Amino acid sequence: MRGHTAESPDVLVVGGGLVGTAVAYGLAREGARVTVLDEGDGGFRASRGNFGLVWVQGKGYGLSPYARWSRSSAQRWPALAAALLEDSGVDVSLRQPGGFHLCFSDEELAEREKRLSTLQAELGGDYPYQLLDAKALRERLPAVGPAVVGASYTPMDGHVNPLKLLRALHQSMQRRGVTLIGSSQISRIAPEAGGFAAHGKLGVWRAPRIVLAAGLGNRALAPQLGLHAPVAPNRGQILVSERVAPFLHYPTINVRQTDEGSVQFGDSMEEVGFNDFTTTDVLSTIARRGVRAFPLLKEVRLVRMWAALRVYSPDGFPIYEQSSQYPGAFVVTCHSGVTLAAAHALRVAPWIAGGAMPDELDAFPGGRFRAAGQILSHA
Amino acid sequence: MTSKPLFRVLAPRAPAVADATVQIWFNDQPLAVPGGRSVAAALLAAGVQRFRATPVTGAARAPYCMMGACFECLVEIDGVPSRQSCMVTVQDGMRIHSQEGARDLPFEPSHVSEENAHGR
Repeated sequence: MRGHTAESPDVLVVGGGLVGTAVAYGLAREGARVTVLDEGDGGFRASRGNFGLVWVQGKGYGLSPYARWSRSSAQRWPALAAALLEDSGVDVSLRQPGGFHLCFSDEELAEREKRLSTLQAELGGDYPYQLLDAKALRERLPAVGPAVVGASYTPMDGHVNPLKLLRALHQSMQRRGVTLIGSSQISRIAPEAGGFAAHGKLGVWRAPRIVLAAGLGNRALAPQLGLHAPVAPNRGQILVSERVAPFLHYPTINVRQTDEGSVQFGDSMEEVGFNDFTTTDVLSTIARRGVRAFPLLKEVRLVRMWAALRVYSPDGFPIYEQSSQYPGAFVVTCHSGVTLAAAHALRVAPWIAGGAMPDELDAFPGGRFRAAGQILSHA
Repeated sequence: MTSKPLFRVLAPRAPAVADATVQIWFNDQPLAVPGGRSVAAALLAAGVQRFRATPVTGAARAPYCMMGACFECLVEIDGVPSRQSCMVTVQDGMRIHSQEGARDLPFEPSHVSEENAHGR
């Protein structure tokens, strides 16, 4: 390992969640000296509240580069998991057996077919999926209930232990020389000769390059660097059961069983501002849908519940951009920090280190929302 | 990690009525335990050290928090798996088993569960 000093990083990464640490880890693998500035325990920390899917199916409907980008990350996930195991000793429990999206009505199943066939056509046919009727589905997932009329399946999907992933990224990046500064919320970033100065409660950090990976904090930081990242919170709530004997060997969009036996229920979306409290009505809807999917769970005890805030852009797609006004300043923000971790470490980091921008990222500048805002203001 | 009990019974100043002995079974062995307390407290008082085996490594575990937070004291009580024994009052005649790993799920083919639902 090279001896790096905190005083002279090549890159500052603002944000120590899944996005920031994946980028920092990838930069360290490229040989860059990196300092990560993490907000601290007062942050909303989407990375500690997510569901843990490495998910491709259905994503990118309306913007197929997002489908390609998600798929490229899922394909690189085994390499990321192996690298993290080698660097940190942490096994993140990656499983990619394919995933199911269960449907409770014929209309829902028809909508799946439309969505997945459109994506398959837009990706030139390279998008494997199957639509299963109730009988075919029961052969694959014997525990599904009578309310499930069918499902879509793709071999592209999987899941991971998201808390172990965050720990593995933190440990791996630090073992490769990244400096992590905690409790250092950044309030102001100033472009200056030769780079950028990030001002926080604990001090000022300087580097020739800077990456905004501050989740919901990017909204206020981006304009200071000529960037635009109008992200807003989107709340998701999750229920977790006691550990039970293995019954579900594939992830589904709203129910998954972890490698250690817990069952997670989720997939709610609410726009309620900066409120990460749970609510009984949403949790009961999530639980009811889970038991309709798998009736054998009806007596299973739930042991934890929580809510977390997705980092959501106006169109739901990520934002990747280098500032044209201040080259060397980048914004990286998304709501799928788990799925996209491999792309962030293995494709975004080399771009930030000075390589070419990955082709897919042409579709994701923050400026697309500025244009929309102008149209709206003239309406 | 040890499953040696972290708790011991304090000697009462006077015999308490609530502590009348009750008869239970633990892993099919009859056991006379003091009543008027949780299943966890009663089993600890009777010298039980191993309440369960963890689902992940199979390690032996015993009560840790005694207040419903840690889930270390899980046992099967009268056929119901994974109960928090610190949150259940011991009753005469209870049949208790150590919780061996993850609980099983009662698997019912889906057409059967639908009939059950309609029958209620």
